[in-house]
Amino acid sequence: MAFPITPDPDLAAEFKKTPLGHHSPQLQRLLRIFRTLPTAGKHALLRIDHRRAWVLVQFNGRKGEPLTVHRDRVFTDWNEAEWAVFKLRWQAYFGEAVPEALG
Amino acid sequence: MTRTLAGYTDRISACPGETIAFKVSAEDGSPSYRASLVRLHCVDSHRDGPGLEEETIPSAFDGEHPARRQPIRIGSRATVEGGGAVSGLGSFSIAMMIWPTLEKEAPQVLFSTLDGAGGGFALAVGAGNRLSLSIGGQDLALDRPLLTREWALVAASYDAATGEAALHAVPANVHAGFSPPQSRMAKFGRKLPTGAAGLISVAARLEPDGRPVEHYNGKIDSPRLLSRALPLEALRRLIVEPLAAQFAADLVAAWDFSEDMGSERAIDLSPNRLDCRLVNMPSRAAKGWNWSGGFQDWKTAPQEYGAIHFHEDDLSDCAWETDFTFTVPKNLPSGCYAAKLEGQGDPEHVVFFVRAPRGKPGARAVFLASTATYIAYGNYRVMNRSNLYEMYLGQLPELVESDLFLNTRPEYGDSLYATHNDGSGMAIGTRLRPTVNMRPNTTLSAFNDDGWIFSWLKAMRLDADFITDEDLHHEGLGLLSDYSLVITGNHPEYISTQMWDALDAFLTRGGRLMYLGGNGFFWRVAFHDDVPGVMELRRAEDGSRPWEAEPGEYYMAFNGEYGGLWRRVGRPPQGLVGVGFTASGFDISSFYRRTEQSADPRAAFIFDGVGDEIIGDFGLAGGGAAGQEIDRYDRALGSPPHALVVARSEDHTEEMMIGKEDMPAANYIIGGTENPLVHADMTFFETPNGGAVFSTGSITWAAGLPWNGFDNSVSRITRNVFERFVDPKPFVYPASRERTA
Repeated sequence: MAFPITPDPDLAAEFKKTPLGHHSPQLQRLLRIFRTLPTAGKHALLRIDHRRAWVLVQFNGRKGEPLTVHRDRVFTDWNEAEWAVFKLRWQAYFGEAVPEALG
Repeated sequence: MTRTLAGYTDRISACPGETIAFKVSAEDGSPSYRASLVRLHCVDSHRDGPGLEEETIPSAFDGEHPARRQPIRIGSRATVEGGGAVSGLGSFSIAMMIWPTLEKEAPQVLFSTLDGAGGGFALAVGAGNRLSLSIGGQDLALDRPLLTREWALVAASYDAATGEAALHAVPANVHAGFSPPQSRMAKFGRKLPTGAAGLISVAARLEPDGRPVEHYNGKIDSPRLLSRALPLEALRRLIVEPLAAQFAADLVAAWDFSEDMGSERAIDLSPNRLDCRLVNMPSRAAKGWNWSGGFQDWKTAPQEYGAIHFHEDDLSDCAWETDFTFTVPKNLPSGCYAAKLEGQGDPEHVVFFVRAPRGKPGARAVFLASTATYIAYGNYRVMNRSNLYEMYLGQLPELVESDLFLNTRPEYGDSLYATHNDGSGMAIGTRLRPTVNMRPNTTLSAFNDDGWIFSWLKAMRLDADFITDEDLHHEGLGLLSDYSLVITGNHPEYISTQMWDALDAFLTRGGRLMYLGGNGFFWRVAFHDDVPGVMELRRAEDGSRPWEAEPGEYYMAFNGEYGGLWRRVGRPPQGLVGVGFTASGFDISSFYRRTEQSADPRAAFIFDGVGDEIIGDFGLAGGGAAGQEIDRYDRALGSPPHALVVARSEDHTEEMMIGKEDMPAANYIIGGTENPLVHADMTFFETPNGGAVFSTGSITWAAGLPWNGFDNSVSRITRNVFERFVDPKPFVYPASRERTA
């Protein structure tokens, strides 16, 4: 990464407010990193109720191998799930949690 | 729960009196299942829609059926019963040009007569990509690997009198000595029965029970078989001149894969006529070892297109046995139906369409189900996408149960959005297998969101018959002539020439068309003439595409047409429906704003009772009626000059990006906040002879219909257009200066 991104709390706040929608160029850049992480271990959502409920899953990156399904991580709101995954990725990428006030 | 049953039909639609066959497999080995007929009025349980609506209809196949597990033998190959010409073989020579594409530890068999009982021989690419020869339980292998994606002559010979065997690999392109020619000799037993029972298998080996294994990945060009051991130099000549006099006494077979290109036969030029049957449709019209680059079209230079590209994950037809049939009764209304199969797990819905009686339409309008698009996306595997997939979506990927089911079953194949295990693009799609995402409540929006149109027709009490892309392809204009209005689905992306020509002629002769989708009329495809339900696509030259066809392989094998974008063959969608693909983005959807042109009296009927300037700022797909994939009016691409753009979408995010074909060189101005081409144009125009076209230019329009109990501006506009379009009163083609804005 030639031009580093710092863990600016404003970016996390912006994403929490609007997980899907217009984003600042700085947040777009961070999301491009998060969304292009290697497939192995990458998070996605498995719909468990067609009336809109999902659980968190992780890809393993290899054809035909099962997903890791986190049955205890249930979401009934898509944006909440996006925020939960964002926090996991923030922690992994920056080595620190998103600011507590946002958590 | 997950499903335990899977099924498909022999045909995708049937008229009353016609019979449709259902093929079922119990994946869990359970002994029976219950079947019933349901009409699908709505195929998605979204909480803001009417809910899944399946109407159970008594039928002759109701009740308990015995179940069995039916296998899928994925992987393409060629095979022929060689008879005495092969079974009598002792000495032999085998030679062919190959272009291997996947290195594996397991053997990949190029050519085999092995019978599993010690007879026969096999030429294979083995572990470490090394060429090997097996005869009578003994193996001979070369020391150095073959390079993938490099042509080589591979050959072997065996002299039954002496037991001497030889194995050769001669690269066609020598990389500065890195891959020099190789040969190895060995002494095998004498008088070995190398032809075994005479059964030839190309690109796979057959187990004694007939099961194909050890499939080869890559191209094979000009395979030759002789009943004499020849030296290498003669084998080189055998490739290019198999009918030369020096081989005449011993030639067993010399296949020319450039002959009979669209068929499932591979022609043998020898007097034995050992034509092979191709299984699971490997890719033909593939450029051969001698491709000069001087030709792009196999029809003009078949001698340079003598290759077939085999894949271990080709699948054209599961060839399951029929479990039950259904003859469509006279009084069954046209619509979308399914055989609902219930066993231990989730129910399986085997979807098909019922048409009106032939020549007796049940309505003035007809819904054209985008079955070519359903095939293209069939068994799309979210989990096999690249790490860029989430970037492309602009949000987290969403999986459903069918994705888990597919993930554990590689034999169900993938979609035309996938690449084979060897990295080449999947160019042949089929519905002759369970299409587990053409079912209620999957993420295949092309089918699921068409259900909003089905449910809207029912809620509005509007009559429409149903036909499919394949019906239109096979029956052409005559089929449409029964109707005054054709309604498309939300994503009629894949179109054959026959379909395009029929729609074009229908419009020219006064027909009306409601294009209720986005990114429609985009890719040109070919249906197979002999095997209904199988379709070819070349992702050629341009367009947003998940893989690229090889250079020189843009012409389709099925019909010889130039494949790829309709735009690239001089028919941009704008010329047919007024708008054509401009941008895609899958995060959130947006809305339309009425334009000044919407005040034109010609467009007044569209907005009757609609006071809003903003249209469709709601919906079940991304919260807006303009989204996912959107189309624009463009005079330069053939949009009719008199067409009215009555509403235009706006406020798209940066995730909504223009198509590659509109970006001659990379630049940053591609997203919805900056690029002026990123908008959907709701467009109306009259056609000659009283017809008209209304296009929404957005995939998510259909998902706006059910909002608020179908009481909304998207629904109202769609209904206004429907009612005017089924009114026989001709539209008046405007004089050249009548356009008001």
